[in-house]
Amino acid sequence: MLKKIALFFGLALIVACSSSDDSSKGGATDNFDRSTLLTNLADNIIIPSYQDFAPKLTTLKGSIESFVATPNQSTLDATRKNWLTAYSAWQRLEMYNIGKAEALNQYYYYMNIYPVTVADIETGVSTGSYDLNAPSYHDAQGFPALDYLLYGVATDDAGIISKFSTDANAQGYKDYLMDVINQMDNLTQQVITDWTTIYRDQFVNSSQNTATSSLNKFVNDFIFYYEKGLRANKIGIPAGVFSTTPLPDKVEAYYNQEVSKALSLEALDAVQDVFNGKSFNGTATGPSFKTYLDYLNTNKEGQKLSSLINNQFDLARTEIEGLNSNFSTQITSDNSKMTDAYDALQRAVVYLKVDMVQAFNISVDYVDADGD
Amino acid sequence: MSTSFKIYLNKQTSAAPLAVFRIGFGVMMLFSIVRFWWHGWIETLYVLPKFHFSYYGFEWVQPIGEYTYLIFAVCGISAFFVAIGLKYRLAIIAFFLSFTYIELMDKTAYLNHYYFISVLSFLMIFLPANAYFSVDNLIKKKTFTSIPKWTIDSIKLLVSIVYIYAGLAKVNSDWLFKAMPLRIWLPSKYDLPFVGNSFMQQEWFHFAMSWSGMLYDLCIPFLLIVKRTRWFAFGLVVFFHVFTRVLFPIGMFPYIMIVTALIFFDADLHHRILGLIKTLLQPFKVNSSKFRTERYQYKNQKIILPIVALFFVFQMAFPFRYLLYPNELFWTEEGYRFSWRVMLMEKMGYTTFKIVDAETGQSFLVDNSDFLTSLQEKQMSFQPDFILEYAHYLGDHFKSQGHKNIQVFAESYVALNGRLSQPYVDTTVDLYKEKESFRHKNWILPFNDEIKGF
Repeated sequence: MLKKIALFFGLALIVACSSSDDSSKGGATDNFDRSTLLTNLADNIIIPSYQDFAPKLTTLKGSIESFVATPNQSTLDATRKNWLTAYSAWQRLEMYNIGKAEALNQYYYYMNIYPVTVADIETGVSTGSYDLNAPSYHDAQGFPALDYLLYGVATDDAGIISKFSTDANAQGYKDYLMDVINQMDNLTQQVITDWTTIYRDQFVNSSQNTATSSLNKFVNDFIFYYEKGLRANKIGIPAGVFSTTPLPDKVEAYYNQEVSKALSLEALDAVQDVFNGKSFNGTATGPSFKTYLDYLNTNKEGQKLSSLINNQFDLARTEIEGLNSNFSTQITSDNSKMTDAYDALQRAVVYLKVDMVQAFNISVDYVDADGD
Repeated sequence: MSTSFKIYLNKQTSAAPLAVFRIGFGVMMLFSIVRFWWHGWIETLYVLPKFHFSYYGFEWVQPIGEYTYLIFAVCGISAFFVAIGLKYRLAIIAFFLSFTYIELMDKTAYLNHYYFISVLSFLMIFLPANAYFSVDNLIKKKTFTSIPKWTIDSIKLLVSIVYIYAGLAKVNSDWLFKAMPLRIWLPSKYDLPFVGNSFMQQEWFHFAMSWSGMLYDLCIPFLLIVKRTRWFAFGLVVFFHVFTRVLFPIGMFPYIMIVTALIFFDADLHHRILGLIKTLLQPFKVNSSKFRTERYQYKNQKIILPIVALFFVFQMAFPFRYLLYPNELFWTEEGYRFSWRVMLMEKMGYTTFKIVDAETGQSFLVDNSDFLTSLQEKQMSFQPDFILEYAHYLGDHFKSQGHKNIQVFAESYVALNGRLSQPYVDTTVDLYKEKESFRHKNWILPFNDEIKGF
């Protein structure tokens, strides 16, 4: 009897092994080294992005100091230019809410929560009492606060300059502006120092499939940013997708009135480059979500999942490129184009959140219970 | 009733296997409850969520805030009473009711093995599991060395049904010819020592696991019943369940199945186990030698037997209810639960809801995380009954907020066993008008593929 059973199982194994399947995966061992994916992310994308951003922020800080010292049109113009440069560079970083950035109780909370609450800023300016470390001030600092102070605090440039020179609260405005940039600079230095000293190795070596490994956390952060930071905040919320009416004053860089599209496109490029493992400085690509998907041979109805995702990103980019450079204007004139762009972005959420996560079969951070 | 069957019903056997089973069951259950509590799951699954997904017809079963802990306490204590055999009948009824209540509170946490526990504890209400080696014996100064044979066989039958139905469910084209979902799950275990980097990555291994898993489930009851293969089968049980425990987060289930498999052994093994327990209990100096020993006879076997028979008819028929529904079972999940379909699918979804004012046409999307926990959202996203219940909850919520002429539409994408995600719900159907029932939900879009088999 025992022998028969052994024979039975043996035969079953042979049947199982020889049964044909068209999408067979080569490779006898696990050829995909996930730590090279993390290494590529850290060394060629994340750390270079920070190294690009930090000096730009320091330059911005310098020009703000000059502006505060001598508020005039030329110092204002220089500050605005540097603000935009830094803000664009920031779009490459917001998704890296991991390591020190996460430990600071979300670095991005202090950098880019919009729309700003103007009343908090104005009250802070006139009373001098405010606490940028308090959660209630997340929406009164960072790039959006600079946007307000540099573009929206008065109706024209002369008015803005006078706020920092002749206004009764001029010192208050100067202090607030300086406090905001100092906070941004200080936090950024902490994050970059952590990456370049201890965190890089921790990040690269944590490639297990557990809820707390950096690989899994990074996948979650990446998707979360795409869904929330990019799709919802930049396009969906102002277009009124989540409210009964459109909310044109909720666009990014609302007071600047010219760059909401440019910033969104930069963010989308950043997402796609991370997906493809494209170096920050150059065009070379390395191990990435894309190559991991290709390794797992995730073919869907004859199409590679990685191509479907890239195509969808491209489609979304085309939709966004067709929008007015100021989303506020676009929403007021023809909001349907905004919602079209939203829909294109949305379809990629499904690919990322459902198909890619299923292929990776990562332990997702939110499920803490037994399975079946 | 044929005479041979009558003879069978009157056949007696040693009470030891059922006693060991009772002890094992009680201890495991007590441990499960403590573990559940320890992990903080009572809080995260039952106390914190604002909203709970109910089973159709059991909407009245809800967590009771902080008092939910009390239900778990009752469940744990009654499990302990079952283990020691104190006030057994009362204890097992209390256990069945409290455990089942817990499972009915939120179907987000549905697991086949919880259902197994409920069903098994129901059966145990009718079995004389305290006949031997129980505190009840001490109180009554009476012990039963033999009990009707069918009582032990009924547990064997239930366990066999579970295995065989689980095995039959694996006889489908995705499992056998695509090695799905193991082909997705196993390679992600790359960080396991020894096997992670080798076997787990190899296609032949995925197929070997699928096929042997199916054969294991189908054969194991028979191998356990036949005396010559029993130890071999038990070895397989231990190996299989420990192996799955290493691979998947399945909690206590493997251990419960291993302990349960002991019921198939002859009484001498159980006597040895009880002997071991006796030596552990030596300090209590219980002298049971003066107890009257009797054969256990049901006083009301005429009532009990039909109940047990009906129970088994139900157990055998219920998993086939899926045949009454059109479309692919794995896709619609109509008739999927309570059928021993274990680990058959890798299914994920993404579902968003739009609240529309039917008159003005104004609409907005709902952020699911405002209402659901991550686990609830995950489960809701690919199960139609969840989607419908949640749509009604949202409709009611926004109505109470003063919104008018409410319509609720869902946009849903679901991916099953490695297929590309595809639209799941008809986006033109106002789910707020759809009622839950046992009938087919015709707003589920077709699967566009076929999975052959059970």
